Amino acid sequence: MKSTLVTGVLVVCALAVITPLFLVLYFLLVNGWSSIDWNFFTQLPKPTGETGGGMANAIVGTITLLTMASLVGVPLGVFGGIYLAEYGSDIANDWLRFAADVLNGVPSIVWGMVVYLMLVVPFKTFSAYAGGVALGLMMVPLVMRTTEEVLVLVPQSYREAALALGVARWKVIMVIVVRTALKGIATGVIVALARIAGETAPLLFTALGNTFWSHNLKEPISALPLQIFAYAISPYDDWHRQAWAGALVLMALILALNITVRVLSRDRNKTH
Amino acid sequence: MPDIAFKWVAAAAATMIVVLIVLVGWQLYAGSRMSVAKFGFGFLWSSEWDPVQDKYGALPFIFGTLVSSLIALMIAVPLGVSTALFLTELAPIKLRQPIVMAIEMLAAVPSVIFGLWGIFILVPWLRDYLFVWLKRYLGFLPLFQGPIYGVSMLAAGIVVAIMILPIITSISREILRSVPDLQREAAYALGATRWEVLKIAVLSYARRGLFGAAVLGLGRALGETMAVTMVIGNRPQISASLFAPGYTLASVIANEFTEATSDLYLNSLFELGLVLLGVAIAVNILAQIMLKSMTGSGPIKVN
Repeated sequence: MKSTLVTGVLVVCALAVITPLFLVLYFLLVNGWSSIDWNFFTQLPKPTGETGGGMANAIVGTITLLTMASLVGVPLGVFGGIYLAEYGSDIANDWLRFAADVLNGVPSIVWGMVVYLMLVVPFKTFSAYAGGVALGLMMVPLVMRTTEEVLVLVPQSYREAALALGVARWKVIMVIVVRTALKGIATGVIVALARIAGETAPLLFTALGNTFWSHNLKEPISALPLQIFAYAISPYDDWHRQAWAGALVLMALILALNITVRVLSRDRNKTH
Repeated sequence: MPDIAFKWVAAAAATMIVVLIVLVGWQLYAGSRMSVAKFGFGFLWSSEWDPVQDKYGALPFIFGTLVSSLIALMIAVPLGVSTALFLTELAPIKLRQPIVMAIEMLAAVPSVIFGLWGIFILVPWLRDYLFVWLKRYLGFLPLFQGPIYGVSMLAAGIVVAIMILPIITSISREILRSVPDLQREAAYALGATRWEVLKIAVLSYARRGLFGAAVLGLGRALGETMAVTMVIGNRPQISASLFAPGYTLASVIANEFTEATSDLYLNSLFELGLVLLGVAIAVNILAQIMLKSMTGSGPIKVN
């Protein structure tokens, strides 16, 4: 009797956990879908009080920032992962992994403050550079850990065979080991991108946001999360409507990245 | 020669991690020197936040951060652990994949979208239904007294709970999966019922790990900025009621950083960031230690 009661309670809990997802997605679709039209993707935000306008600059801004973040996060993360997997001693690597986990726990808003002091104050301007660096630094621990995990999975025999044939160590790593694990590394990078695509806090005082097109990476730049935030807390109904549409586009972008990850991972499982 | 160069490039990238940690701490310290010098330790228990008179104190924000995170934990830990139990022990295999996928999707939703949903869907519902109900039946408690605005500490706690559910559930699942089958089999062999097996063999064995999962969830909850800013009401006052608006360390930084008019103001915000960083890192390290002692094979990857 007690066991069935407990089973029932656990089932209810599982339902309670997945219900918020459906509630969020449902309202996102219902409220956002009607506002998505061609204007949304091509127009700039209109001044307060005027209806219409879109988030074209925010969408381009997000893509720009993600690209810049990758330029920072991918080299640091991948090479860091290579070091952990191929070089280093056991003790040192344990501490490095611990440090990566600590870095992962730094709140995103703290990253914004740090990059503000490093890149905004000295150059006296909010910029896309600062926003990209803030997001990129957040990526480093994630990419490093996933890269290490997939590199370790490459069989040791590959390395030994290549070394036995006289291939230089760095070539063994870059051409053979990394090549083999490339899909896994790419998966890790895309997972990290999906995570930072929705980050708002680090951009609040680095990229700052922009209601116009940015012509220069040294200028403030708009991003989807920033624009959604600004619209959501505003008192205008038209802006609220657009916030929902922006949220729907952002969610679609993140889902697309996640589905890409899933597709890449599935192929790997089939062939091994 | 290229071999050595390559190794040093890789080593440099790896040491960047440590460099970054030091950099973060150093920058926050450098940015807050003025307010540390002026207010000293009293900053931590002063509840004055007066930009006009340039007087600042951290207590309302520490209180807000702790209370909203605590509420989130009280909601998310029972739900998350129960769901993890369900997934590892009771669910038929065909049911597991969809539920796990749903939880992973929940983890992918960004903070600002939860905030948006919170402002327009959750808060009105709380204001018109749940809070009214709570006030009517539990209003004798000081927790549920006072005017109902909708935006409140409790609303923030609920939203953060939803956001930390995925990580608590997935870590708990790993912990429960690492309990050896031998434990369960031994309990069954002694005649325990299903629930008794779960309670005696699984849960008590996994207790430290599950506690670690909860602490990890706390670490995530402490750093939540956007969703909290949008539903907590942003009022720097300490109140006994859960219906009252509050303010957290991360929210005040997000809201007032670009509006800070004086150097002391900005320095105080940096000092708040230092407090937040210190607490978040301490909690994360604690969680890693607890989880490592449970699974033994190395730190759990924090997603």
